[in-house]
Amino acid sequence: MLQVVDRIEGLQRVNEFVVKFANVNGSGSASANALFAKSVLRMGISATPRNIFPSNIQGLPTWYEVRISDAGYLGARGGGPDLMVAMNPQTWDSDVKGIEPGGYLFYDNTKPMPSSKFRDDITVVGVPLTRMTNEAYSNPRQRQLFKNIVGLGALAALLDMDVPCVEELLGEQFKGRDKLIEANVQALHMGLDWVKANLGDPVGLKLRKANSVGDRIFIDGNSAAALGAVYGGATVCAWYPITPSSSVAEAFTSYCNRMRVDKATGKKNFAIVQAEDELSSIGMVIGAAWNGARSFTATSGPGVSLMSEFVGLAYFAEIPAVIMDVQRSGPSTGMPTRTQQTDLTICAYASHGDTKHVMLIPEDPFECFEFGALAFDLADRLQTPIFVMLDLEIGMNDRLTRPFVWDDSRKLDRGKVMTAEQLEAGAKFGRYLDVDDDGITYRTYPGTHPTKGAFFTRGTSKDSMARYSEEGHDYQENMERLLKKHRTAATLVPKAIETKAKQPTAYGAIYFGSTSPAIPEAEEQLAQRGVSLDLLRLRAFPFGPEVEAFIDAHKTVFVIEQNRDGQMRSLLINELEIDPKKLAKVVHYDGTPITARFISGAIAKHLNIQ
Amino acid sequence: MTFIPKPKLHHPDLQKNALGYTRRDYEGPVSTLCAGCGHDSISAAIVRACFELDIAPHRVAKLSGIGCSSKTPTYFLGASHGFNSVHGRMPSVATGANLANKELIYLGVSGDGDSASIGLGQFAHAMRRGVNMVYIVENNGVYGLTKGQFSATSDKGAKSKRGLINSDEPIDLVGMALQLGATFVARSFSGDKAQLVPLIEAALKHQGAAFIDCISPCVAFNNHEGSTKSFDYVREHNAALNTLDFISGRSEITVDYAPGTLETVTQHDGSVLQLRKLHTSYDVNDRVAAMTYMQQRAAEGEIVTGLLYVDPNPRDHHAHLNTVDRPLNELTEDVLVPGARALERINAGLR
Repeated sequence: MLQVVDRIEGLQRVNEFVVKFANVNGSGSASANALFAKSVLRMGISATPRNIFPSNIQGLPTWYEVRISDAGYLGARGGGPDLMVAMNPQTWDSDVKGIEPGGYLFYDNTKPMPSSKFRDDITVVGVPLTRMTNEAYSNPRQRQLFKNIVGLGALAALLDMDVPCVEELLGEQFKGRDKLIEANVQALHMGLDWVKANLGDPVGLKLRKANSVGDRIFIDGNSAAALGAVYGGATVCAWYPITPSSSVAEAFTSYCNRMRVDKATGKKNFAIVQAEDELSSIGMVIGAAWNGARSFTATSGPGVSLMSEFVGLAYFAEIPAVIMDVQRSGPSTGMPTRTQQTDLTICAYASHGDTKHVMLIPEDPFECFEFGALAFDLADRLQTPIFVMLDLEIGMNDRLTRPFVWDDSRKLDRGKVMTAEQLEAGAKFGRYLDVDDDGITYRTYPGTHPTKGAFFTRGTSKDSMARYSEEGHDYQENMERLLKKHRTAATLVPKAIETKAKQPTAYGAIYFGSTSPAIPEAEEQLAQRGVSLDLLRLRAFPFGPEVEAFIDAHKTVFVIEQNRDGQMRSLLINELEIDPKKLAKVVHYDGTPITARFISGAIAKHLNIQ
Repeated sequence: MTFIPKPKLHHPDLQKNALGYTRRDYEGPVSTLCAGCGHDSISAAIVRACFELDIAPHRVAKLSGIGCSSKTPTYFLGASHGFNSVHGRMPSVATGANLANKELIYLGVSGDGDSASIGLGQFAHAMRRGVNMVYIVENNGVYGLTKGQFSATSDKGAKSKRGLINSDEPIDLVGMALQLGATFVARSFSGDKAQLVPLIEAALKHQGAAFIDCISPCVAFNNHEGSTKSFDYVREHNAALNTLDFISGRSEITVDYAPGTLETVTQHDGSVLQLRKLHTSYDVNDRVAAMTYMQQRAAEGEIVTGLLYVDPNPRDHHAHLNTVDRPLNELTEDVLVPGARALERINAGLR
């Protein structure tokens, strides 16, 4: 039964390669795959996994790609994998085709494939996983699940993975269920022993213990943003399920159930409502925030479209709201399980009439947490909707990220709220009266004072005392003040971060969000081709003065983004009145995460460099 | 429309309630609706109900959508916070507001276009969640602000002012509220203050989703011959089921009624509803019977009014969600923010 191993000069790499698992959706492969990635991390080697999955629950192909990079590159590498773990006959041909020249194909050879199904320039490693599990287990579900672990054991042997690390992780995963730990460890060794006994050492890709992980943590952006909402003091979450954002609300639920339940009574210091649609979820968020509770929703592009009318109300009536938008690909349903940065324009200008909104744009789970919490302070401070712009790439993939930090002396900034005591003491209250000249006015919560401070919130135009008015000057003064408030917002949001090239250069590049991990690698690739770039990472909209200064200081600025139309470029042109010729568009929008190869290639091409 | 405040000069002998407020303290600026509009009668009924129940005006939050009916919250309870939201979306805003602070009284005012057409979904879901609020639909069967188009509650065969005949089936919000689990369901008529005021009072005391469908003729666009929502038509076809005398503990009803005609319902907060039954066999606590009865009477062309169903022990949205007793909007860092040490533990678990 032993498959003959083709001997070619395979790739020889240590701690720098890409492994891709081709699986069938719903086959239980996800946890074994995650275990593989975590084992690499536990060995102290940087690794970045990505789920590539269809809009489907069971039966369709999925992939899990792990980029192992001791150099610390967290962006997708691009190209094919160095090792393909082909567990899905449905995608066999394209999976085999995708392997890098000199790479490796690992497959279950219980039924050996004819050599016509392979390639001459790859090494094929066959391990009879099904036969082994069928012999060892009688229960069909066990056979299925343990096959994944037996496969992991085989990979551990082939790649020289540190087995105690894997065993330790299995122990943590099934803590308290010793029988399960034992069974999994047994399955792991079944694969491990078989490879050692039968295969020798056919794979030139090796894992060696290293120190490139440091104290970083491993978490997905959606969970991090949800945890940020907990620390940001959110008490009301209203949401409607939509890929790729649903796990924000689910993670918020699970964190709240762990940390926000009153110990004495068992009652909850939070309210989470799965609404009937996005119209309702944003309505609840606005109602709760109007009434003084910190509230948020999580959604994706189609949801933002539906929420737009309400967002205009919140802008015009000045009600805080936090909207976490986990962006996905395309107009309409598009590619719901693929990533893009494609809601920038709609979020920046959501709703009819003249509107402008604040966006926070995290680059990784660390910033998802930071901005997730900050959004609530800004929403209260600015009394307006705040969009937190994640995307599927950040939201739904586990990522190595700096550990979360919190300063216990930090207070929630509830903004300008007039209290009963202030009203009683005779403070003048006009709901839309700009007393501080920053465009931000005082509000009161309903029920504050028996006779003072009540006002009528409306979507119609009004004067500074919140009285209905169709007078042109009342409308215009109000709209001008809202613009002033937007300028104030630019001073409160996280500043863009500039990284200077080693030598002076006329070229700059602007990027943001999930493009971030590809940038250092792209920069090195360009440096090798003699191109130096100053870099600016945007973290928010509206733009601060540093953004305009950066563009002014360069001859050409590449705006790197993941959508077709260069939406951020349009915002820069529109808001800062930049000459469009100065901003070169670098757009990647096929639904896969942008890569360093793509960025350096596009910029080199623009500069006519080979 | 302009903002017209009412003069503040009160008659010195104006009656005061237990909180020391006069009826005028529950009013708002002058209504800008058409003279004779049924909606103004409902506003007046709300003013009277709140006055009589000794509700502090600032403890009420009034919310609405868009349309003539949704304009009315400006014209009552001037010392309350109000929220005129977007068309058909008052229920979600009220739901969120209620989640933030369970201690206020939530009064949602909507219309038949706002609730039965564009907002049908939100109406339905607020009812089924059991949001603790009074939800009044000021039902006139037409779009007033856009000048007389049929609404979704217009009866089949009803004639518009311009002579068009409605060919669509009407949506019966009362039937829907019953089916969706509202725990207090009533129908009334803006022209019958004696019936409407106690119904609003009972609804305000109800600790759950209380729905009142109040037929409220539109004098400008739906009060003509051939309309089924005109004053004359409703008076002619009104079949009152019961008369509600609301007792809040201070004024006992002493009149003797024939045996079997008096029913007493004690609500969860201790308030007592005393019903004078006009149909002795009707059980106001039987949801299924109520649905059947309403269907039967509607088929006969009757507009049944009165308290149709009440659950004396309702569970509201907060009960379902098991939220803390303290309003969520009062919670501070100490209970909301788990702190640096907890975050350290989370970090440790993610390595």
